[in-house]
Amino acid sequence: MVGYILLIISAVLVNNFVLARFLGICPFLGVSKKVETALGMGMAVIFVMTMASVITWVIQYYVLVPFHIEYLQTVSFILVIATLVQFVEMVIQKTSPALYQALGIYLPLITTNCAVLGVALLNMQYMYSFMEAAVFGFGSSVGFTFAIVLFAGMRERIELARIPRSLRGVPIALITAGILSLAFMGFRGLVK
Amino acid sequence: MFKELTKGIAKENPILVQVLGMCPTLAVTTAAINGVAMGLAVIFVLTMSNLVISLIRGFIPDKVRIPSFIVVIASFVTIVDLVMHGYFIELHHVLGIFIPLIVVNCIILGRAEAFASKNGVFASILDGIGMGIGFTLVLVLLGGVREILGNGTIFGYHLFPASFKPVLVMIMPPGAFIALGFIVGIFNKVRS
Repeated sequence: MVGYILLIISAVLVNNFVLARFLGICPFLGVSKKVETALGMGMAVIFVMTMASVITWVIQYYVLVPFHIEYLQTVSFILVIATLVQFVEMVIQKTSPALYQALGIYLPLITTNCAVLGVALLNMQYMYSFMEAAVFGFGSSVGFTFAIVLFAGMRERIELARIPRSLRGVPIALITAGILSLAFMGFRGLVK
Repeated sequence: MFKELTKGIAKENPILVQVLGMCPTLAVTTAAINGVAMGLAVIFVLTMSNLVISLIRGFIPDKVRIPSFIVVIASFVTIVDLVMHGYFIELHHVLGIFIPLIVVNCIILGRAEAFASKNGVFASILDGIGMGIGFTLVLVLLGGVREILGNGTIFGYHLFPASFKPVLVMIMPPGAFIALGFIVGIFNKVRS
């Protein structure tokens, strides 16, 4: 149990997916102009990443390894993720139109979020067990959400600041992310 | 025709102007040589996928075009992954999961969707090479800046006397965000 808690703390704070591993930068920069949309994106990512961790683990150890076709890992994982995202979209649309309204536009974007494929590949690289993979997927996506919501809050303030013209937009967002990443380095050594 | 090749270098640079493919850009550029390796891998995948997609664009039904593009891209990425693992094991180790993650690099899917699916074979190849070169140049520049400041070397050669104290943070995650932020800012300044 302690192991799982440490895994979550390490995924959220120490090796944050966005700020330390550079996975999922595109949505991090693209969907962080407002706190509410950032939170919506984060919730969708938590769901998809946890599901993707579980499903790709099953694919890896019950399909790819028994048939000795591990070289198809990249192709099969990305197809599974694309299908999963489509499926999740359909289910949410049918069962909860309100949630679909809130998440709708972000769901298709998640397919090309490299954090999802990244967590699946990392689970295999670290040879996590089924439970560890699920916990790591959940923890990493919580870390993503944490970072994107904090960052959106900072960007809302930056909108009001006077910034040199050539640094407006993407450059100042990157520099802000750098400072946020610097702050997260303070968590180094929290979990070995 | 020549314009298709050169537009990716400055006018429509994938990183500086379109802000695509940020994850590998930030993650692998701890040294200039990593930028070269990642850039070459992307040039290969981008050119080949543009070539194949412009060839088969007439046969793909519109509704399944994105999954079809992803399968084409994932196949070429698998080739790069296997070749690098076979011949450049050290680079393969440094670039790590960012090689399979070329699949979800938005530049490649973006060019497939925006250019190769609408244009002829020859123009698509030139577009792929041009965009790939533009991507590589920024990676090498960012890798160079970070390597010089963070390690005092360029392509492994020492630039400064032994008394030089490198700014270690530049080769850590925050340095990537801050350096790229300033590069985009300077690029905007020069362009306007």
